[in-house]
Amino acid sequence: MSIKMIKNAVMSLVVLSVLTGIIYPLAITWISQAVFPVRANGSIIMKEGKPVGSALVGQQFGGPGYFWGRLSATAPYPYNGGLSSGSNLGPNNPALLREVRSRIDALQAAGPGNHYPIPVDLVTSSGSGLDPYITPAAALYQAGRVARARGLDKAKVLALISANTAGRFMGIFGEPAVNVLKLNLALDEMKK
Amino acid sequence: MSGNDVLQIAAYFAVLVLLAKPLGMFMAGVYEGRPSILARALGPVERLFYRLCGIQPEEEMSSKQYALAVLLFSAAGVFAVYLLQRFQGSLPLDPQKFPAVAPDLSFNTAISFATNTNWQNYGGESTLSYFTQMAGLTVQNFVSAAAGMAVLVALIRGFKRHSVNTIGNFWVDMTRGVLYILLPLSVLYSFLLVSQGVVQSFDKYKTVALTQAVTYETPKLDAHGNPVMDSKGNPVTEEARAGGQQIPLGPAASQIAIKQLGTNGGGFFNANSAHPLENPTPFSNFLECLAILLIPAALCLTFGEMVGDRRQGWALLIAMMLVLAPLTFLCASAEQAGNPHFASMGIDQAASALQPGGNMEGKEVRNGIAGSAVWAAWTTAASNGSVNSMHDSYTALGGMVPMLLMQFGEVIFGGVGSGLYGMIIFAIITVFVAGLMVGRTPEYLGKKIEIFEMKMAAFVVLIVNALIKIGTAIAVSTKAGTAGISNPGPHGFSEVLYAFSSFADNNGSAFAGLNGNTVFYNTIGGILMFFGRFWVIIPVLAIAGSLAKKKHVPAGLGTLPTHTPLFVVFLIGVIVIVGALAFMPSLALGPIAEMLTH
Repeated sequence: MSIKMIKNAVMSLVVLSVLTGIIYPLAITWISQAVFPVRANGSIIMKEGKPVGSALVGQQFGGPGYFWGRLSATAPYPYNGGLSSGSNLGPNNPALLREVRSRIDALQAAGPGNHYPIPVDLVTSSGSGLDPYITPAAALYQAGRVARARGLDKAKVLALISANTAGRFMGIFGEPAVNVLKLNLALDEMKK
Repeated sequence: MSGNDVLQIAAYFAVLVLLAKPLGMFMAGVYEGRPSILARALGPVERLFYRLCGIQPEEEMSSKQYALAVLLFSAAGVFAVYLLQRFQGSLPLDPQKFPAVAPDLSFNTAISFATNTNWQNYGGESTLSYFTQMAGLTVQNFVSAAAGMAVLVALIRGFKRHSVNTIGNFWVDMTRGVLYILLPLSVLYSFLLVSQGVVQSFDKYKTVALTQAVTYETPKLDAHGNPVMDSKGNPVTEEARAGGQQIPLGPAASQIAIKQLGTNGGGFFNANSAHPLENPTPFSNFLECLAILLIPAALCLTFGEMVGDRRQGWALLIAMMLVLAPLTFLCASAEQAGNPHFASMGIDQAASALQPGGNMEGKEVRNGIAGSAVWAAWTTAASNGSVNSMHDSYTALGGMVPMLLMQFGEVIFGGVGSGLYGMIIFAIITVFVAGLMVGRTPEYLGKKIEIFEMKMAAFVVLIVNALIKIGTAIAVSTKAGTAGISNPGPHGFSEVLYAFSSFADNNGSAFAGLNGNTVFYNTIGGILMFFGRFWVIIPVLAIAGSLAKKKHVPAGLGTLPTHTPLFVVFLIGVIVIVGALAFMPSLALGPIAEMLTH
């Protein structure tokens, strides 16, 4: 083992670290901050000058008057933005089936009389625990309950759902998705 | 599967094939030192780099010197990442004030990144400072990928050259890979990702107000910080309230770009690319998923171009596609079928215009079933290991696909460079088996395959196989190993088998319920990742050196052509028999038992 080769190894690591570990991320940050100031900083939603959430990070909602998002398995409380995580429960795990059952019961207690089958995304935990979206099916399932609780015309609620639905990329990739936080914020706006 | 599922999966494959050719030809030019616009623009940087490091770019290396250079360079990387983690508390750019990472976790993460595995026992947003992520992990993402590609190029030179003792210069091959291939692609990718909402900022985490405060139960602690117990010895809980939410930030896009392109896979955040700030939209998901296979697919055609017979590259690419495509569809259809337990609970799992349906546990709505299944299959076919859904929550069959793809030995695309040199080893074994059948000396690409090459090839195949099984056996027969298991029954065994497949094959994905952040898993995992990487690289370079010394034999009447459909089928057969059948008994104890007993 020659000394020269050790020197080559250490020096190339140092020089490449400066290039790819410092210059590269700094340059990308500098340009991103100038070109995409909102998106590079977490897509924060401002309301009356105060940050009320990120358009890309879900929040926990309950009660009949708000649309509910996915279940969240983050610890120690749901939608903890500081520690993303899924449930990692296997499909046969009794703990998974208990979670799902208690969510079904909660949904039926909040919206009694809704006997439609429940869309699967509404009773399962997302991979990140921070999923900001539900499917259009899950939004429609809850639309009647929310409209009743808020004394709103259901057509207005449906219009809000479609205004907050993002489509597929090029009509092929990904899935249509309803942003729960934006939808609920829009509902709160309407009240005024 | 729904019509869109099929269309989506087919579109992914189509785009991949379309982009593979131009990129493959470009990379061949880079490694052969052909002039290009990029080479003119960055040439001065390359020469400056050699001057700073005391490298003579025209100096050629023997296979031993080449292997030594790879090892020394990787060892320097391991030390650097280890030290950065241990001292991150005293280094700059730590706005969340994270303390030093524990020694066993630092060891595991350092080897994980220097070996291009990127197994993730750390939770990015709760453990690592921005400086550790940038100067430690991002750097290794680049250089471990470039090192894998360099070893591949050295092996290709073994076939191409004749009657010489050298196979190129590692420093030059590695530098060119970073400078002309990985860095320009990563810059492009970074901006596209930020445009979709991937964060790129040095600010500390933001706190936003919640519309509805969250109350939760938390263990009550006494004045000394110990949990309070009631008279029955159960922990007492008290109600706590979260009125705000943390939005984590950091230089994420610049790292995620190379994490996807360099088959690295270690996430910036704990949930990896399931995290909405790491992979926010269908477009970002498309880009990141495509990046997993982009370079591995293109390298096949680089190989064909460099050995002077493009058909050889296409044959390997087609063989890989023929294995991966059906398995991708199998995974998607198993996940689309959903969880059988849900059927009787009044849950709608059917795909429609309004929802993807299927098994949505551990998946994100924006990715749905097809977008998650393609990723799961591709990330394990390539040794990327990033995830956009949680594989632990997949159905038995759906979760077996990623496990099987790793157990093929990471040669169906595999890591950048490492996947293709693994595949070429399988091609060597294939011509040898064919040679035995007809009683002729086997040849591949004009080089005779003799005892030495076969010994080394057999070693490569057997070592990874043995590492996985011995590791799994130790884990399931010790308390320290079984303590990490989180799901009951055969699924728990699958978690362990998956982890050791991932270590030894340098993949890095996980059935993440397994609690791998323990001294046991951190240590044994680190050791396995090390051997899985370098005990393959050394014999591969030995083959390269031995081939370079040999004379070129012109193809004769008795030569088995290695670009024909017959050879492709034969090659797949060898991979399935050697790679996958060896794992049948272990798979029977895990996913197959789970499927039969639900």
